[in-house]
Amino acid sequence: MPRLVSHPDEVKIVSRRFGMGAEKIDRYLELGGYEAVMKCLAQDSDWIINEMKASNLRGRGGAGFSAGMKWSFVPRQSAKPKYILVNGDESEPGTCKDHLIFLHDPHSVIEGTIIAGLAVGAKMGFIYLRGEYRYLLEITERAVADAYQRGFLGKNIFGSGKEFEIITQTGAGAYEVGEESALMESLEGKRGVPRIKPPFPAVVGLYGGPTVINNAETIATVPHVINMGAAAYAAVGTPRNGGTRLFSISGHVERPGVYELPMGYNLKKMIYEVAGGIRGGRNLKAVVPGGSSTPVLLPQEIDIGMDFDQVGKAGSMLGSGGVVVIDDQTCIVEFALRTISFYAHESCGWCIPCREGTDWLKKSLTRFHAGFGAPSDIDNMQYLAENMLGRTFCPLGDAAAMPTIAFIKKFRKEFEDHLNGKPCPFAREGVLQLTVV
Amino acid sequence: MSPNHPNPESIPVFSPQLAARFDALVQKYPVKRSALIPMLLYAQDEVGYLSDAVVAEVARRIGITELEVRNVATYYSMLRFRPAGQFNIQVCTNISCLLRGAYEVYERFQEELGVGPHGVTPDGVFSLEEVECVGACCWAPAVQVNYDFHDELKPDLVPGILSGYRGKAKAGNNGASSLEKKANSKEPHA
Amino acid sequence: MPDVTFTVDGKKLTAPAGTLLIDACRKAGIEIPAFCYYPGLSLQAACRMCVVRQEKVPKLQTACTTTVAEGQVFVTESPEIAQARKATIELLLGNHPLDCPVCDAGGECELQDMNFKYGAGESLYAEAKHHRDEQQWSPAVFYDRPRCILCYRCTRMCGEGMDVWALGVNNRGADSVIVPNDGQQLDCEQCGMCIDVCPVGALTSGSYRYKTRPWEMNHVSTVCTHCADGCKVTLGVRSTTDGAEIIRADNRDKSGINGDFLCAKGRFGFDFVESADRLTKPLVRNSAGKLEPATWEHALSVAAKKLKEIRDSRGGAAIGVIGSNRTTNEENYLLQKFSRTVLATNNIDHERTTDYASFARALAGHPGKTASLRDIASACAILLVGTNPTDEHPLLAWLLRTDVRLNRARLYIANHAPIKLERQARAMQGLPPNGYKDLTTILDRGETDLAKAVKAEESLIVIFGSEIRGTAIHNLVTWGLNRGPNPDSVRFACLGDHSNSRGAADMGLFPDLLPGYVPITEPGAFVEYADLPPAAGKTLSQMLDVATAGELGALLVVGANPVSRAPLNPAALKNTFLIVQDLFLTETATLAEVVLPAASLYEKSGTVTNTFGDVQIVRKAADRAGVKPDFEILVRLAEAMGGPIKGLVPFGRAGTTADLGQSRGAQSGEADRHAVWLEANGLEPRLSPFDPFALFDEIERLVPGYAIDRINLIAGNDVHSEPASPGLVPVTALAGEDFIVPAHDTLFTSGTLGRYSAALKQLEEHQAKELAKSAAD
Ligand SMILES: Cc1cc2nc3c(=O)[nH]c(=O)nc-3n(C[C@H](O)[C@H](O)[C@H](O)COP(=O)(O)O)c2cc1C
Ligand code: SF4
Ligand code: FES
Repeated sequence: MPRLVSHPDEVKIVSRRFGMGAEKIDRYLELGGYEAVMKCLAQDSDWIINEMKASNLRGRGGAGFSAGMKWSFVPRQSAKPKYILVNGDESEPGTCKDHLIFLHDPHSVIEGTIIAGLAVGAKMGFIYLRGEYRYLLEITERAVADAYQRGFLGKNIFGSGKEFEIITQTGAGAYEVGEESALMESLEGKRGVPRIKPPFPAVVGLYGGPTVINNAETIATVPHVINMGAAAYAAVGTPRNGGTRLFSISGHVERPGVYELPMGYNLKKMIYEVAGGIRGGRNLKAVVPGGSSTPVLLPQEIDIGMDFDQVGKAGSMLGSGGVVVIDDQTCIVEFALRTISFYAHESCGWCIPCREGTDWLKKSLTRFHAGFGAPSDIDNMQYLAENMLGRTFCPLGDAAAMPTIAFIKKFRKEFEDHLNGKPCPFAREGVLQLTVV
Repeated sequence: MSPNHPNPESIPVFSPQLAARFDALVQKYPVKRSALIPMLLYAQDEVGYLSDAVVAEVARRIGITELEVRNVATYYSMLRFRPAGQFNIQVCTNISCLLRGAYEVYERFQEELGVGPHGVTPDGVFSLEEVECVGACCWAPAVQVNYDFHDELKPDLVPGILSGYRGKAKAGNNGASSLEKKANSKEPHA
Repeated sequence: MPDVTFTVDGKKLTAPAGTLLIDACRKAGIEIPAFCYYPGLSLQAACRMCVVRQEKVPKLQTACTTTVAEGQVFVTESPEIAQARKATIELLLGNHPLDCPVCDAGGECELQDMNFKYGAGESLYAEAKHHRDEQQWSPAVFYDRPRCILCYRCTRMCGEGMDVWALGVNNRGADSVIVPNDGQQLDCEQCGMCIDVCPVGALTSGSYRYKTRPWEMNHVSTVCTHCADGCKVTLGVRSTTDGAEIIRADNRDKSGINGDFLCAKGRFGFDFVESADRLTKPLVRNSAGKLEPATWEHALSVAAKKLKEIRDSRGGAAIGVIGSNRTTNEENYLLQKFSRTVLATNNIDHERTTDYASFARALAGHPGKTASLRDIASACAILLVGTNPTDEHPLLAWLLRTDVRLNRARLYIANHAPIKLERQARAMQGLPPNGYKDLTTILDRGETDLAKAVKAEESLIVIFGSEIRGTAIHNLVTWGLNRGPNPDSVRFACLGDHSNSRGAADMGLFPDLLPGYVPITEPGAFVEYADLPPAAGKTLSQMLDVATAGELGALLVVGANPVSRAPLNPAALKNTFLIVQDLFLTETATLAEVVLPAASLYEKSGTVTNTFGDVQIVRKAADRAGVKPDFEILVRLAEAMGGPIKGLVPFGRAGTTADLGQSRGAQSGEADRHAVWLEANGLEPRLSPFDPFALFDEIERLVPGYAIDRINLIAGNDVHSEPASPGLVPVTALAGEDFIVPAHDTLFTSGTLGRYSAALKQLEEHQAKELAKSAAD
């Protein structure tokens, strides 16, 4: 069972029920559960959408798009059924926050899904969990069954005469399926290849119907926004970045863990105070601020507030909120190789720049890291990544290219040190052996 | 269909429980095909891998061609077409785990089991593979044995984990690979 | 959609709103490179070659998915765009084996062309390329995985285009691979469309691979000789010591009603021309009763002498003529004219596969009611009765599927057995095998789903197969002509087998009908024929009956095999002097006294008419020493009989006699080369007695419905003919429907001809094995 952590600076909104047994429906109700949905049942859909917009809740899946805006794009009238799709595919390396939500507070996801349904006029929601999260799927399925049993789901939810169904779904190992349109493909029983956009899911989505897709954390936050009121929620964060975020802090820190901190919380403080600083008193070498796809930051670049805008200004991205801390005993070339290996393994293969680009980056870096690099390799890899950037079918190609470019640019010296048979300065036994079956 | 595969008419591909579960699953979604990926995963849990017979039976149940099933199944990395051990050990070596010693743990598993990457122990109890991020980054390094998570690992914890599963394998059956003996394939998580 | 104006590379363009930018540009002559985009197939946006810059949009956009709107501004060529394309090609070349010198696609490869244009000349990768052995998926299809660039054209063509879905994609990322449905083998229709659309040399053709370099071939556009749909086909031809051989068939320029479509027969079934069984010398039965090779002069004079003798002693009625379903219109016209005016007999018929005569009769007086194949491509609603186009009319099936897919056409099927096209159908009407006569009653009653839906259709094309004959045709046509709500917008098509069976019927290979279905009893314009025998002659089976009774003096069989069709006791023809013109020593030819080796449709010029009445030009592609087109054979027979050639074929200037072929070289039978001699002698080149086009004026003038747009025809387009035009006198006496024997060819058979195609045989065997496998599963 994953360890829970806590820190005084935390503002526990989404995580307030963690560790309190709220996966049981009675306990969830005791802790104020399902009040938000009842509040929403008494309001109209415009009210819900306006609250969401006013809350400045931005998507927690990575792109940080305003949830309220996204919901407002769904057409009111639709010949085809509308759907809510909860993205619990959580696969971005460095990210494990949705894991805890499903473990400790699955009803908050159910409640948020119902509210989203009320807001856009959908009668069915799907909760998609990555295949590896089997035990979380079982917990979630139990929670859904309990909600049905209480009449919170079904033909007449909360006795309101309204209908809402929730269906759970499992993946089977594919990062790309976290991309919203690939997610819909996967849910329809297909290969996880993204769709051409436009049309966007809000107009033509799952089974051709208008579909709202939100990250599990985004959805789990919804009931809290309703309960607190949009203004109060927004006030917790920074301008245009409402509320809190579950930051997954991992790597070389003393106290890794998932911490709920207000948007805009200082990254340096997050590492040195909240997470207890660098492990073993070592020095900081680099920080990946928002999951493996976000460009790495140098120690001198981390005195920034962790919200979408400030991290963007610093040349990286807040992404999924996965803060990976790297100490000075780490080989950046190996780290870059492990990063790109992941994207090569996970590229769906649909488009040329990503399929071939990630493969060649991985191959070149493997050779390079093993000590068989040539001086031209460094430029070639940068050239290759720069030519992938913005040219791929979906953002996975960018997700592979952006960190690669940052590693090469910011640690060029370290790359150069690997040349001419010089051993890796941080040599460690066991070379990367990741292979694809 | 492989030549030595028993006639599908005479031996049902799935247990009655799983067959019943599949009957319900295809009803669950607005479109039948949405049941495909869960069905493949659950079938693999029971049979051990996606044999030709499994592919054919799933195709029949969904009403699509075997080619379509393979197109989809080969896309997803958790699905396999060859038997693995009864307990498949999946060591995450992605960045957060890498930083906290995943490769040391992975090597210890290799030493203890005497198998390399993608190896299966001769008794069929364990198989070992390196996997991508399993969503336990803050509790790194992490390993999944079938669907069980083991986190905050150190190489020294490896023998204990293995003996725990060995005990289960002994208790549950004679230790033969679940994949060769379908009847013995009930896995602890299923 | 209203037109919008937008700017591309500084040029103002106009197109309907919503047009894909790539299409709008191509139409305006601005070529945007693309691997994955393929017109008519679903969009992929996978190759990223078509990237363009759109004003005010941060990222490069894919022209294959961008739809045009008013006021947009695009740039399609710039250093930035060229760099993006170059980088993409560099990536592809990382693994692509640079085996262009031995690759079938070399010289015709889109990757090569783009590489040439965007110049990705350097290799950035030190790593070894993936090597994978080539796989053979069927006799027709080979797959070379490392060459594959994953554009997904093949999978889409197979699935969306053919509705076969035999190709898939397995694995993901750089391990993605195209796979056939039966593991290592393809279980499919073997159409070869996947090979055709492959932009590189990943999919290659079993019959073409490693045979030649593309630039060593000449490309001749002609018409397929197999089924009655009449696909345009481009034959890749290379000269050999004894002529010119065909090495490939496709439809390179995608012209013609079939666009890029060809079925297995059109694509692979041309090899019969090179068959070792091919006749290349005339044969004459010697005194020992054996067929032995002879010179053309000798064979022709033996045949002519006998025909003349019988005509003069016993009268034309003692001679019978059986024509062909595969020879050209000009040859068929000439054959009936030769029979009637030189042999003085109306005993002429052909192996009828459908009842075109009743169709013409039913429509007499109703011009504009026959559908062309082109009409099918854009029809709103089609009623398909008693036919399985997937097997018997592959192009029709393709057009129906395409029309349903791209234009949301509504297809209705009434049939006695399930057919594959039901997957595209809106409604189906099952009928008992002999229940077609009741169809109009069912339609009128309007109770079934199909009847209701058909009733509601504004316009309708009714296509029926050879099960519908005689009165059933009459009833169906009458029903259609009288149906509401808009009786004006109904059209019909009648389906038969073989490449020019429609032409055989149109050109009057009937004992009772002159060309254009004009009754022999009311010959109209045909009175200009000298000494036209006034009474109807004998049908094919009547002729054989008379022959069996020992009363038929001679029988001339041109490109037909009646002995295999209606198994005859070989002895039945012993009292009949049998002359056969054919490509092979068929069951009929073995019984002949004189066998004259004929050219195939690929070795001659002329026109053919498909089952929809669309006339197309046939161009000579291949050449085989020793054989002659049936046209020339007939003219020379007539000449050898002392007949008036000028009356038969209006050629030459008044008062001039032209060369009869003696001056030509070994590769005779070719009007084009002959033209040189004619020109040198001050003759009008086109008017040789062997020039089929010398007859075209007469056909146009005399045959109702054949006054067609000749410029368009000669330009290689399909031109609709309609023998049921107002000039046609309604047929009064119906030739019995029991003479009709549909061939029901499958995807891999083609009458007697198909038996001589090794390629089709192999495909048939392969598919039979696949069938047995799936039955065992
Ligand atoms: C390659 C790729 C992988 C993604 N993976 C995930 C994921 O695992 N979980 C997730 O919530 N969003 C993921 N996203 C983002 C989703 O596409 C989508 O933006 C998100 O689910 C929307 O929810 P939000 O607005 O609440 O963030 C991924 C995006 C890309 C391009
Ligand atoms: S960028 Fe292209 S290949 Fe990569 S995951 Fe997206 S669509 Fe697939
Ligand atoms: S043609 Fe547009 S991406 Fe391939």
